[in-house]
Amino acid sequence: MIPRSPKLLPAALALASALTIGTTQAYTLEEFTFEDPSQTANFRDLIGELRCLVCQNESLAGSQASVAQDLRNEVYRMMQEGKTRDEVVDFLVARYGDFVLYDPPIKPSTYILWFGPFLFLALGGFLLMRAIQRKKAEPEQDLSDAERARLQQLLADTAVTNKKD
Amino acid sequence: MNTSASRALIPLGIFLALAALLFYGLQLDPRKIPSPLVDKPAPDFRLESLKDPSRTMTKDVLLGQVSLVNVWASWCPSCRQEHGELMRIARRNKDIQFVGFNWKDSRPEALQMLKQFGDPYALSIYDPDNRSGIDWGVYGAPETFIVDAEGIIRHKHVGPIDAQVWEQEIRPIVEQYQAKKS
Repeated sequence: MIPRSPKLLPAALALASALTIGTTQAYTLEEFTFEDPSQTANFRDLIGELRCLVCQNESLAGSQASVAQDLRNEVYRMMQEGKTRDEVVDFLVARYGDFVLYDPPIKPSTYILWFGPFLFLALGGFLLMRAIQRKKAEPEQDLSDAERARLQQLLADTAVTNKKD
Repeated sequence: MNTSASRALIPLGIFLALAALLFYGLQLDPRKIPSPLVDKPAPDFRLESLKDPSRTMTKDVLLGQVSLVNVWASWCPSCRQEHGELMRIARRNKDIQFVGFNWKDSRPEALQMLKQFGDPYALSIYDPDNRSGIDWGVYGAPETFIVDAEGIIRHKHVGPIDAQVWEQEIRPIVEQYQAKKS
């Protein structure tokens, strides 16, 4: 998707940034108002970070699934009641599981998810180091006696030829 | 020569292992999300009976016998699809309490569907606004919960129940908890 014409590049960049902003500030059909504007921002952030279970690649903020609307209303209600962000997240995780989080928590069942890449990186590094060291340690291929004699002969011949010049 | 040949096969082996892993991943259904409520007490609720608005039902209706709580709605095609199978199962298994959890539906349409296709449920609870559905972690219909005699959720099945799901997945668990009760 690299634009062929350089003229298109700024347009592509503008589109890319518009799309990025679009995901973080997704619109909702309902109007949610808080007395405190910072709370509105918190609400928007939170529903942007929760995953809709019906359309799994949409956030709660972006999804128009009916269940997502219900959950937005529930999150709104809880925040109006003064519940903290952690309380809202715990409420949803207790009912729907870690799947509502885009960022899965670090716990035994997700260790391979979080640490697997580093494990593979370490394994790859180890194999690379070993391959390099093995190559270094390998002795130069020694010449046989016959080859050595022939080499001496060739060197001697060259020396003679050079002298002649 | 021999060792280097077998060494050359290592990438192929890794590739095959990775391909097998990814192929297995393709068989999994991402819509089937394990419920954190399994092996926990069923969430409490206070909901009207579908058939009798004046009657309120609570979690108490689930106590005392193994129940199948089936989340359904008249607007849900897969619910219609599984309805016939539920009728068959209910007819043959009088010892299981079938509870219909009518979800995000309208009462007249729900009642109409039961009238038209038959009513497999011993009890029907009515949750038009997803009030208790959220507590039960419902995110679609149909979903079916197995609740034991102590009111603890023992299993959740997402999607329609067919003969195979019943025989291989649900029935063994139901029988296990029925045996435990007696």
